[in-house]
Amino acid sequence: MWARPSELRSRHVIGMNRRNICYIARYNDRSLFPLVDDKLKTKLLAHEHGVTSPGLIGTVTSQFEVRQVAAMVRDHPAFVIKPAKGSGGKGILVIESHADGAYRKPSGAMLGIADLERDVSNILSGLYSLAGSPDVAMIESMIRFDDRFADYTYEGVPDIRVIVFRGYPVMAMIRLSTAASDGKANLHQGAVGVGLDIATGRALYAVQFDRPVDLHPDTGRSLIDLEIPDWQGLLRLASACYEMTGLGYIGADLVIDKYHGPMLLELNARPGLAIQMANGEGLGGRLERIEREPVGADVDTRVDFAMAHFGRM
Amino acid sequence: MSRKPFYLVVACLMLIGIGLSIHRHIQYEVPFTPGEQRAVWEVEAQVRLEATGGPVIVELAVPTNQEGYRLLGEHTASSGYGLNFVETADSRVARWSIRNAQGSQHLYYSARFLVAPNEARADIPPPELRRDRLWQSPFDTAAEAVLARAYQRSADPYTLASELIRELTGATQGENARLLLTQYALPDLVERLLAQAEVPARQVSGLMLEDGRRRQSLGTWLQVYKGDEWTVFDPATGRQGRPDRLLLWHAGNAPVLQVEGGRQSNVSFAMIRQMQSATESESLRPADASLLGLSIHSLPLEEQSLFRTILLIPIGALIVVMLRILVGIKTSGTFMPVLIALAFIQTTLLTGLIGFLLVVATGLVIRNYLSHLNLLLVARVSAVIITVIGIISIFSVVSYRFGLNAGLTITFFPMIILSWTIERMSILWEEEGPREVLVQGGGSLLTAVLAYLAMTNPWIRHITFNFLGVQFILMGLILLLGNYTGYRLLELRRFKPMVRR
Repeated sequence: MWARPSELRSRHVIGMNRRNICYIARYNDRSLFPLVDDKLKTKLLAHEHGVTSPGLIGTVTSQFEVRQVAAMVRDHPAFVIKPAKGSGGKGILVIESHADGAYRKPSGAMLGIADLERDVSNILSGLYSLAGSPDVAMIESMIRFDDRFADYTYEGVPDIRVIVFRGYPVMAMIRLSTAASDGKANLHQGAVGVGLDIATGRALYAVQFDRPVDLHPDTGRSLIDLEIPDWQGLLRLASACYEMTGLGYIGADLVIDKYHGPMLLELNARPGLAIQMANGEGLGGRLERIEREPVGADVDTRVDFAMAHFGRM
Repeated sequence: MSRKPFYLVVACLMLIGIGLSIHRHIQYEVPFTPGEQRAVWEVEAQVRLEATGGPVIVELAVPTNQEGYRLLGEHTASSGYGLNFVETADSRVARWSIRNAQGSQHLYYSARFLVAPNEARADIPPPELRRDRLWQSPFDTAAEAVLARAYQRSADPYTLASELIRELTGATQGENARLLLTQYALPDLVERLLAQAEVPARQVSGLMLEDGRRRQSLGTWLQVYKGDEWTVFDPATGRQGRPDRLLLWHAGNAPVLQVEGGRQSNVSFAMIRQMQSATESESLRPADASLLGLSIHSLPLEEQSLFRTILLIPIGALIVVMLRILVGIKTSGTFMPVLIALAFIQTTLLTGLIGFLLVVATGLVIRNYLSHLNLLLVARVSAVIITVIGIISIFSVVSYRFGLNAGLTITFFPMIILSWTIERMSILWEEEGPREVLVQGGGSLLTAVLAYLAMTNPWIRHITFNFLGVQFILMGLILLLGNYTGYRLLELRRFKPMVRR
């Protein structure tokens, strides 16, 4: 039922208090938080730094622009409308295809332009933003996720979380949505977390609700066979987020697009600790190893260092 | 990054705290434990008036020794006023006077009463029966009818008084009673009817003692004589006998407060219960507390009773810090549980818990409807605030109807905080499901109950109120906890699966 503190310490597990004091407070400058809390800012910053992210079709910042939504998406068959400061997937509208003013959701439901405009209007009024403050609606191209993942997910897009500490990719996992998580990729809501080997991008170990699992609960696919294509490219993308934001301890959420490869979805300045469970290993050891490295290494050096030192296979 | 300066600060805080506490213990002989305690009520009357610019005379009736309470001492504060205590046959009066006064005037009288169950009943002579008061028509026949009915059903003055009150207030309240009550106030009416039946009775003013209350006013009781004996009745409920917490303030015919040369005068009362160790000498009075003694006993009573609560808040904060940092309990709103615990102190635990659950549950149902309206946050929370006020009003009225006076204390809940709690829980419900609401709601209540238990512990109350140095120690402890990087208790469970492999 209860672990002894010494057992956890020997596995380098870090707790919330340690994460807050030793990593977030020490390496993340508060003034930089807005860069990651606002997805639009993150996106523009990513563009500046050459970090790939889903293409931006347009933004809507005021109510009188709401009417232009139809014109904006005319030449884009598949797109996503999302609030810049939203959380937990609220207010996100995914359109798979459209023709003659009828918009089709992945579930097959059809919407009219008025439904789209209402969603945008609600986003602007701050209905989905954290403090209810006025927000901006972003319209992005839809991600076409790699077919190789089709068997590993129920509805939603699988996303890969990489903890980046002082620019070094430290630990990674892929989050697979399930029926229990209602298509969402949040571990505490029942998504499956699969720990990924930093050296190879292969699955190490999988958990759902903090307990080990071998098969995806909905598709029955064996999770241990999972392997991420272009792993090194993905780690480089994650690693580059350090120069991009200046934040020392972040969780980078990435997706793999069928046509464009790894893309940055969003960044988190307070990444959770569940990744330790998915990897069956604590973060502490690797973080301490990185703290001994000198500053100033470039992206390739950091990725090579991580792949050389943190591999488990 | 060196942590030395930090630990130095903490060490200093601790040393200052311990030093101050020991100093106070030795210098002022304040014991560290409550020890054998006797309750002393300190009651303060504050007279306010607008002086009109000439001589002012203020007469305030003041209490004396009585059944259950012994007067230990009294104290007045009134700059520039002359003061006399005047004893008359049936009352004692403090008389302030000044030649010239202008503007707002504040006069203070405070008395300390020892709770003394053996204290003899005051020997107050019965009032003279007044037969000169006549009833006007049609009240005369109504009075006669009510009196005749009550007289039939009673055997002696006490039962007559009970019956009269029942006739006038109870479920059997008849046409005649209602008619009489349109003309006379209830205590007045009962007194008149008793006089008509040749039973001597008078209205007396009394104060219900409740710890930490401020801005209270006097209530009216009826003193009914049976030969040389007397007892009091509560005219509103018909309850016979003196409630333990009733301090008789004034029993004469004259009003409690008389003012010449002033307008808009009123008197309000504040009271506080102090536990005094039996050995504590009477000479150890708050007045001689120096700055180094850091005593808040030198403040006026009203502020003292405020401080008694304020000084407990750091204890509540410490509990929250421990539960969140050491245990890892999730609460809805960081310090909301402390405010709820403060409300529990006023309402008592069980009533508080029931009230809290009722308000939050009802609020959640109504908030659920509001969420369908797609309102903006500020408007939505404001609507929830009004809803909470509505719920609290309805619960108060309903519980009062059913004779549950405890229900009235629900008004002590901080309404704005409750509204935010409802708002947060409701969002949590939508985003994370009812389980998370139970986890966080349960965590908040558990924290509130633990904070309540700590804040009502007699020893903790004694220490925080008497030793201000303890605040420094608490500060040091909280700073230390803020530096804790170890595991939380619940994390030992969360990460258990990692160890099993």
